[in-house]
Amino acid sequence: MLRVDVAKQLGEFAIEASFASEGRVTGLFGASGAGKTSLVNMIAGLLRPDRGTISIDGATLDDTSTKSHVPVHRRRIGYVFQDARLFPHLDIRDNLDYGRRMNRLAEDDALWRRVTELLDIGDLLGRRPGKLSGGERQRVALGRALLSQPRLLLLDEPLGSLDEERKEEILPYLIRLRDEAGVPMVYVSHDPSEMRKLATSIVMLQRGRVTAFGGAEILPREPARIR
Amino acid sequence: MEWTAILLSLRVATVATLVATPLGIAVAWLLARREFWGKTLLDAAIHLPLVLPPVVTGYLLLLTFGRHGAVGAWLAEHLGLVFAFRWTGAALACGIMSFPLLVRPIRLSIEAIDRRLEQAAATLGAAPWQVFLTVTLPLALSGVLAGMVLGFAKALGEFGATITFVSNIPGETQTISSAIYALIQTPNGDPAALRLVMVSSLMAMAALIASEWFARRALLRLHGN
Repeated sequence: MLRVDVAKQLGEFAIEASFASEGRVTGLFGASGAGKTSLVNMIAGLLRPDRGTISIDGATLDDTSTKSHVPVHRRRIGYVFQDARLFPHLDIRDNLDYGRRMNRLAEDDALWRRVTELLDIGDLLGRRPGKLSGGERQRVALGRALLSQPRLLLLDEPLGSLDEERKEEILPYLIRLRDEAGVPMVYVSHDPSEMRKLATSIVMLQRGRVTAFGGAEILPREPARIR
Repeated sequence: MEWTAILLSLRVATVATLVATPLGIAVAWLLARREFWGKTLLDAAIHLPLVLPPVVTGYLLLLTFGRHGAVGAWLAEHLGLVFAFRWTGAALACGIMSFPLLVRPIRLSIEAIDRRLEQAAATLGAAPWQVFLTVTLPLALSGVLAGMVLGFAKALGEFGATITFVSNIPGETQTISSAIYALIQTPNGDPAALRLVMVSSLMAMAALIASEWFARRALLRLHGN
């Protein structure tokens, strides 16, 4: 169970958002500029709320009333960014293994095999991030986050920088992840069709506020595609 | 005399560079990544040797680190470390004179690193010092090497501060530069002076080329190839 109840002033822009979600995939839906990324950054611990609380499964991550703030690296929250942010000086194998090494976790061959097979990245291990396609990079970023064994996975528009064709290539992996990886996810997107395919519950965000919470029925109808 | 001076210069420059590098990395990181009170002052202090007449720097060093200087007297008494008129003093002078050249490429290479990579590392469980060791430093490595080469070259050629602080004692503080200075004031010293000039020019040229090469590699590395 993820509980978020925060307020944050960012220049002219104010976020005041509150929701609790038990879904396997919590969709954070809203137009660009609605405050989705700021909200996710607060969950990750990259941004500190001015007021409020954030907790996962009863464990408090932020509580401004007691001034408690668990630093980013101790939150065990995986984060997949829109731009994969793979480490350019490490090959794919070391990128994938990074989280395990930093958290001093024992090697887990079964998990490694499961994640690399789930994402079809077993053939990329010896390569450098610069030699990968956008879709491949994003799959590696997913694998890297999963292999750090997070208790929650944040995905901030992971398809945002990809063209339509690449999106269609990655979506099935995300669905498999949802159904097989067993890690709860927060999925950020402004695309209603992605939300329909992935989210199990949806938080609608408008101008920094939660305006609706529920299933796919709260999403706007998809406009007819003009091609 | 020539070989003694060359070897001494190499020793002085090597020690100066090796001691200054960790400090240079720390200062470069502070300047690139932190906001703090007195940052402008620190930045200015580091660049001071670049604009101050070297003889002034040397004299200040003599006042501070000389036998009767505040720091020099304490160091001599408690650690047995004497700088005045010793090769260690030459290394200190060279280290300070070359420090701005050492810091600059490191700072630039740290500033060029995408901070979002450091954020990604933190979300994967890396503590701040781990982020520094596994992401920041490796990505800045070429800049560090470029800074070291440049600082080393500057240390090899340092003259004004060194001769003011530790004088020109053959075998102890007479580096290539001070040897050239002594030779051109000696009758028939020109051939030897010219040989040292050649050595000195070649080393400076090689250092510039190496520094440039490292800088270019740094760029490639940031793009993940």
